[in-house]
Amino acid sequence: MRAGDSADLVLRGATVLDPVAGIDAQHDVVVRDGRIAELAAPGTASADGLEEIDAEGLHAFPAFFDPHVHLRTPGQEHKEDIGTGARSAAAGGYCGMLAMANTEPPVSNPADVEALLEDARAVAAVRVGFLATVTQGMQGEELTEMSSLREAGAVGFSDDGLPIRNARILRRALQYQRLCGGTIALHEEDPELSGAGVMHEGPVSAALGLEGIPSVSESTMIARDAALAGYENGRIHVQHLSAAESVEAVRVAKAAGVQISCEASPHHLCLTDEEVRSLDPQRFKMNPPLRAEADRQALIEGLRDGTIECIATDHAPHAPEEKEVPFEQAAMGVTGLETAFAALHTDLVLPGTIDLALLIERLAGGAEPFGVERPSLAPDSEANIALCDLAAEWTVGEEGYESRSSNSWCDRRKLTGRVQMTLAGGQVAYRLRSFSMGVAA
Amino acid sequence: MRHLLGIEQLSRVEIEAILDRAESFAEVGRRDIKKVPTLRGRTVVTLFYESSTRTSSSFELAAKRLSADLVSVKAAGSSVDKGESLKDTVATLSAYEPAAIVIRHPYAGAAQLVAGWADAAVVNAGDGKHEHPSQALLDVYTLRRRFGSLEGKRIWIVGDVLHSRVARSNLIAFKAMGAELTVCGPPALIPRGLEELGCAVTHSLDGLEQADVVYALRLQRERMQESFVPSLREYATHFQIDSRRLGPRQLLMHPGPVNRGVELSGEVIDSPQSLITEQVASGLVVRMAILYELLAAGDEKPAPAAGDGAVQATPIGQPA
Repeated sequence: MRAGDSADLVLRGATVLDPVAGIDAQHDVVVRDGRIAELAAPGTASADGLEEIDAEGLHAFPAFFDPHVHLRTPGQEHKEDIGTGARSAAAGGYCGMLAMANTEPPVSNPADVEALLEDARAVAAVRVGFLATVTQGMQGEELTEMSSLREAGAVGFSDDGLPIRNARILRRALQYQRLCGGTIALHEEDPELSGAGVMHEGPVSAALGLEGIPSVSESTMIARDAALAGYENGRIHVQHLSAAESVEAVRVAKAAGVQISCEASPHHLCLTDEEVRSLDPQRFKMNPPLRAEADRQALIEGLRDGTIECIATDHAPHAPEEKEVPFEQAAMGVTGLETAFAALHTDLVLPGTIDLALLIERLAGGAEPFGVERPSLAPDSEANIALCDLAAEWTVGEEGYESRSSNSWCDRRKLTGRVQMTLAGGQVAYRLRSFSMGVAA
Repeated sequence: MRHLLGIEQLSRVEIEAILDRAESFAEVGRRDIKKVPTLRGRTVVTLFYESSTRTSSSFELAAKRLSADLVSVKAAGSSVDKGESLKDTVATLSAYEPAAIVIRHPYAGAAQLVAGWADAAVVNAGDGKHEHPSQALLDVYTLRRRFGSLEGKRIWIVGDVLHSRVARSNLIAFKAMGAELTVCGPPALIPRGLEELGCAVTHSLDGLEQADVVYALRLQRERMQESFVPSLREYATHFQIDSRRLGPRQLLMHPGPVNRGVELSGEVIDSPQSLITEQVASGLVVRMAILYELLAAGDEKPAPAAGDGAVQATPIGQPA
């Protein structure tokens, strides 16, 4: 994250909700020198030397942490770079995120990690951690120098975008993990079962004549890798769960004592494969694919019972020419950083499917699986705050995007709830343009 | 009807309007001069990204019989070979201000995309494994001439449904016309969840004798390499329609081209029950009707007076 001025401000009268810290009340949130100095009774904090922000009617949450984004740097900066990706994250209420290594070339060398961290220090408005690949160049054949990569600053490892086909290679990585640490994040998919599939296999793919990706393509690999992690006592994180069978596979592994965590993406929690009937790849083509309603319900249940500890956007920017083509030819992936909170608030919290507190807890839940400190609003914590207006209605994309790409799965959707301001790493990372600031009257 | 993108978007009334129109063109086909001036001065572009004999030739002849100017573009040998995107190709062809673009493309949704980019009426002449609406219309037309109505007729669709856009469009169309549908084929070639389209699914020809119509699909030889079926011989053993399996009162259809001796035996192709050549003949008049309904049907009568709520005799074909 770039160096900047530490925040000195007071959020006057905000409704503060941090379920992990056990805070749920109205406070003046005093931030001094980039840290949460005090949660005072509303209207009582001294404004001495502080910017006063009228937060009456607004909610202050611990800022969110996304363990799964694609910042396309190096090699595809026409889609996104660390600066635009970090602005996009800040606009979504995030204070930190982990960037995947499937860039061009993939991040497989210590020098690449150092260069990326340097870049992030120069341009990023939020904290950016980087994963390195598990195998050299994501070829699935030889392990990277995992220990040197860790020393260079890699938070963990992933060949995300591709599964690790060869179980022996994953086993070696799990063995080596004992030496160097670093959670191994896994894109779980059996490429033989997925074939040339472009959407979930089921009645909708049958009706559209599109090749399907069966749910078992994901769940069988999770079962395999959970068994390997259990056998080697390794630490794995399963990325973007999409199928009911997968939730069950993780649940079984957890019950067996495997060190396994997992994530689900907002689009899998909000949408089903019915959307694909539109044949719109811009919003509805991604891997893993949108699945059936029963799968979506299983993900929500997993989120509720803690099988799924975090929400990850899998923010995947793409250029227009990769999406303005027939569905089968289009690139996989959608952007999601700017809309994750608002979409989940609109689709899951407002109808009463999940509690606001659960959503807030899971949106920051991506830090701990990677050994990163969870953002907190407890006094003396570093100021990482998402200030949100739960009543604000807005149309996604109407005013453009902070991201360089516009392939948002929420494009043109009307959402309720919007991030007004984000503090990340003790600094003000984002203010919504229309959000009035300054000294309260 | 602004475009013909799929059978899915058509109501039974709209389907019948096209078939009625086709009947009137069948009469034109019996004249010495088989041409009508309807589309004089208007341009029809056919844009084929996949090989085709029946569909491309019948759309081209249909456009000519309606006196349209015709531009035929085949992807092979065009700028598509040089990497031009579909969007750019459509923009280029749109410079001729075509009244209609007839497109066949190897991927689902291509015609729908073109409809979003071009001002022309778009006809889907086959998009990937998704839809082939003009084939379904000509098949319904062919059967309607035999039966008068498809209501309650039992139709079996047999073969490689997984890779067949014809199967998908025909399922929807036959069902819309009131037929009862059974789909039959090896499990690997029947898409999972197909029964939700409203058909019975079976993996055996037992019971075929109940069918009024047997609609066989082409088995593509390349499917063997992916082990969808172990061999052509095994496929034929289980699923070939031959004179032993086809009863004397049953009708046989096939969208062509046929693999003789695979999905159909030679003798049933040439039998009097076979409608295969009749299907091809129907293709011409039905495609004339499609172009007519899209481009000309709105011209022939004044729009209903505002607010009178009258249902038009031909409720399709108002260019938007």
